[in-house]
Amino acid sequence: MGENLLKKILKAHTKDEVKVGEIIWLDLDIITARDFGGPNVVKNFRKAYPDQKVVDNKRIFFTFDCNAPATTIKYAENQQTIKYAENQQLCRNFAKDQGIKVFDVNRGIGTHVMIEEGLALPGRTMVGTDSHFNILGSVGVFGIGMGDIDIAFAFRYGKIWLEVPESVKITIKGNLKYPATSKDLALYLLKEFSTAKLLGKSIEFFGPVIEKLKLYERITLASMATEMGAVISLIPPDNSVVSYLEERAKKELPTIMPDNDAQYEEEIEIDIGEIEPMIACPYKPDNVVSVKEVEGRPIDSVFIGSCTNGRVEDYKMVAEIVKGKKVASSVMAKVVPATKEVFNQLLKDGTIDILNDAGMIISNPGCGGCAEGQIGMTGTGEVQLSTSNRNFKGKQGKGETYLVSPVIAAISALKGEISLP
Amino acid sequence: MERETIIRGKAWVITDYKGNPIKDIDTDMIYHNKYLGITDINEMGKYAFGNLSNWEDFPLKAKEGDIIVTGEGFGQGSSRQQAVDCFISLGISAIVGESFAPIYLRNAINAGLLIIACPTITSNVITSDILEIDLENGIIKNLSSNKTLSFKKPHEIQMEIYRAGGLLRL
Ligand code: SF4
Repeated sequence: MGENLLKKILKAHTKDEVKVGEIIWLDLDIITARDFGGPNVVKNFRKAYPDQKVVDNKRIFFTFDCNAPATTIKYAENQQTIKYAENQQLCRNFAKDQGIKVFDVNRGIGTHVMIEEGLALPGRTMVGTDSHFNILGSVGVFGIGMGDIDIAFAFRYGKIWLEVPESVKITIKGNLKYPATSKDLALYLLKEFSTAKLLGKSIEFFGPVIEKLKLYERITLASMATEMGAVISLIPPDNSVVSYLEERAKKELPTIMPDNDAQYEEEIEIDIGEIEPMIACPYKPDNVVSVKEVEGRPIDSVFIGSCTNGRVEDYKMVAEIVKGKKVASSVMAKVVPATKEVFNQLLKDGTIDILNDAGMIISNPGCGGCAEGQIGMTGTGEVQLSTSNRNFKGKQGKGETYLVSPVIAAISALKGEISLP
Repeated sequence: MERETIIRGKAWVITDYKGNPIKDIDTDMIYHNKYLGITDINEMGKYAFGNLSNWEDFPLKAKEGDIIVTGEGFGQGSSRQQAVDCFISLGISAIVGESFAPIYLRNAINAGLLIIACPTITSNVITSDILEIDLENGIIKNLSSNKTLSFKKPHEIQMEIYRAGGLLRL
């Protein structure tokens, strides 16, 4: 019987028997912590393992992306204070003691940095204190987000315990055609599956629609596996993804693919036909309708960025739409590239100029307005279109957030209302 | 530290005013975000169930070694560790529930708090019953009613973590 991708990856990283529902010790290739969660990892580590060294400081990284650069103190609603600057410094000091590399503020969103730095490579196992760590499934990495106790333990021993999840093969047929993008595909799937159908499972994506996806589109799709409740969504890397990664890692990579006759606990086939642009209405990512149904609703702001839609190609689509035009005077449009590399590229090829001339606010790289506690929040009653992945109450401020593709965000910013190109 | 694998304690069935087990108790009901600033575990106990109506006085009533019995979907919501630590702080010896939110389950296991999913528990236990949990054999005896229930015994790795008193003590 052939093996699926998940099984192959897990088997290569454990001595235990890999059987669905059983618990294994999983060896980790890379362990990261960000500025959110990271400080507690450091505190736990220091308490549990005083004066001890991390398992291997070459496999561990800090990535600061949540609050970049840090605000000194954030007063949450409950008057509890979150000392971002202090927290980042705590991690920096620990990193210095232990010889751990820090991808500091301005380098970008941790998961994207891992891909750009050639650290996220097909077949690897990686964990971080980021619930969207499963985005790394876009390059065939088994990546998951974990709590600070797990990560502190992983810092010390280089492993985690894991209950082997069921694997679901999802084959997507149909045609993804502009103005629909992979974001619309992700939203469409959320509508189909909601948050329960794939809860706790490992997805492997196949089919003609998936095969055509470029790296940035794969990232978008994989990032929303979190919202679908999946442990991971693995997209078997194609030649173009592999050559991108080989260039980054400066080495040849072994191929890792599921067997042709691979076994899955469940197989689902979906024909998306030619889907239209989709939109997730407040306050749940699976509260999805087609954009047509809410066309014309006035908006106050737009956020284009996050780990879901913060790549060069995302902004190029936006530039194409806003070139030579102006954002509506009633709209505040915020652009936060995912990484410094993306930012540099956009600067070099003139995309930033186009966005700036259109009246958009360009911020330094990071998570930006994605999660509460960061820059660019919404106020009560503010209606925002966001290209990120979650629209829970309070996640991006007090306003109402709709989730859309960069295309819909751009065209709506020009018109001042939810619009289709 | 080697911990006992047979645990005996008095049950608290978390029910509403009608006596039905409350479903989907979330982490804000267990440990309200008002108190997330607290870092000393000894301080956390007094806020356990502080936002669950009729159960606000639980910390005053609970005794060391008591066992919490809950309905479906316990621990949904945020990943806050305090929602587990507050019970450790009170000396609760185990939580037995119909089912748990995955993150809560993981947090409890990692913290060394005994957590057991047993779908039939609430229909076979009332508050003040004395329960005896036999971990090695996957059996819960209700010593007050002489009923015996079985549960899926924890995986060996979970047992190791439990015996050590938490993942970070392994
Ligand atoms: S962009 Fe948002 S969802 Fe993505 S890692 Fe940052 S905070 Fe999390």
